[in-house]
Amino acid sequence: MAGRRFTPTWYRFPKRKDRRLNAEPAESGARLFRAYVALAAAGFRRYATYRQATVAAVVTNTVFGFLRFAVLLAVLDAGARTVAGYDEPQLATFVWAGQGLIGVVLLWSLPDLAERIRTGDVVTDLLRPIDPVWQLLAADLGRAGYAVLTRFVGPVVVGALVFHLYAPRRVLTYLLFVMSVVLATIVCFGCRFLVNAAAYWLLDARGPNTLWTLTSGILGGLYFPVWFFPDALAAVLIVATPFPSVMQIPLDVLVERGSLTLRLELLGVQAAWVVGILALCQWVQARGERKLVIQGG
Amino acid sequence: MADATLAAYRHLLSAQVRSQTQYRASFAADVVGSVMFGVLDVMGVVVVFRVTPALGGFGFAEVFLMTALAGCAFAVADLAVGNVERLRQYVRSGLFDVLLVRPLSSLAQLAAMDVASRRVGRLAFGVAMVVVAAAHARMPVTPARLGLLVATPVAGAMIFGAIFVATATVAFWWIESGEIANGLTYGGLSFTQYPITIYGALFRRLFAYAIGFAFVAYYPTLALLDRPDPLGAPALLGYASPAVAVSAVVAAALIWRSGVRHYRSSGS
Repeated sequence: MAGRRFTPTWYRFPKRKDRRLNAEPAESGARLFRAYVALAAAGFRRYATYRQATVAAVVTNTVFGFLRFAVLLAVLDAGARTVAGYDEPQLATFVWAGQGLIGVVLLWSLPDLAERIRTGDVVTDLLRPIDPVWQLLAADLGRAGYAVLTRFVGPVVVGALVFHLYAPRRVLTYLLFVMSVVLATIVCFGCRFLVNAAAYWLLDARGPNTLWTLTSGILGGLYFPVWFFPDALAAVLIVATPFPSVMQIPLDVLVERGSLTLRLELLGVQAAWVVGILALCQWVQARGERKLVIQGG
Repeated sequence: MADATLAAYRHLLSAQVRSQTQYRASFAADVVGSVMFGVLDVMGVVVVFRVTPALGGFGFAEVFLMTALAGCAFAVADLAVGNVERLRQYVRSGLFDVLLVRPLSSLAQLAAMDVASRRVGRLAFGVAMVVVAAAHARMPVTPARLGLLVATPVAGAMIFGAIFVATATVAFWWIESGEIANGLTYGGLSFTQYPITIYGALFRRLFAYAIGFAFVAYYPTLALLDRPDPLGAPALLGYASPAVAVSAVVAAALIWRSGVRHYRSSGS
């Protein structure tokens, strides 16, 4: 019941280094690893309990699959056999696997973390003797694992029943696709984390969240492949922005667009973004902790 | 009495707008984002026409007008009642009780309490796009057409508004319905932006005719530009949107009423 008369408490968290000193010496790699596995398993279980929400999301993604594919199909019907390097089955796989990927990478999410930052609840995360970014990432990967089994499979099965989907010719493609999806999930996690972390400064991350929703959709290959843009622009987007690493690249890998070399290069771009964005997350988190205000109470 | 009611709504509304503009940086980003949603719809059409000369038998100018009309209609509905989708939280927490004990309409209160002032950006952009698109498509300027051009976004907004309300009502029966309503609201926007000729027969019957989305932009555009319908509908259908809109609103109101009757608080 701290009234307005009180100035808010500014709490300066110890630097990461200090916290490590405080941690038990037995905080060895193996124990830390087990903690992250437990967090991932918890992420998986948490989403496994939201069964109705999962069904609702699959239905919605499927409806949009029909809407998006109709537009792309109409583009092909206008005459050309291929468009931007995709033929009809490839476009079908692009759309339907894309609708499934939305749930795996979790393109849109509620700004939970931002809300925790605003209320000060985030302090619980910070008190744990493990890194705040890695613990969220571990939980998110667990969530993604559950989404693969449900939200990815749902739209793909419906798409396969109604349309002729492109099945990858090389066995290697499946392996590359799995790798690409893992990388995409991490890049998307990083982007969502950064959007939410804006709350350390703005308190309300809804604006940044809106901007992310917009740009990730149109520049990332969700509404149409980024190759619908002029080639040079598409190339710049892929290399210089994280958005295509979330949707476009895994889907290009899956439908085997372009040469194998090109696809391996795309995976390299994704990997570079994983490293870059996680480094950025760590940096932002360290700066944000110093801005954090625990609202009076 | 009527004055007092109006004043109550005005207070609810202004309190909302004030609270939403408190975090200024975030609000500014929100307004920019809201405009960007409109830009994005138009950009989508431009990019698609970069790779194809025609879509479902229609050229860029015609599809652009459909997109503009749909976008403008959606912006009005989204601003006014878009946030009824938050009804879910009200039902889950039992907060809906608060609306029921006040001597005001529960739906109107919900709309006023959650008005999304940031969405004015999208509305302004939507209106501008309708003017630009009509000029670009060289719409013949006659009083009847100008009237139709103004009436279409209004009727479209009523149709979208009815869909927003009807789908939000699902929360009375199914709280965990999640984003399922988006399939019809945002999905409806995607659907109406393009000519209905591009969709499969089953999907078209469901969305265009059963729900009435063909009357948001497709038929009015045909009438505005004197285009015969490739699917063979009579030309007069373009002027039927207001009638469809009114019946959609009536249907939504009935669904809402039965939903409210079904509400049984949270028990806490």
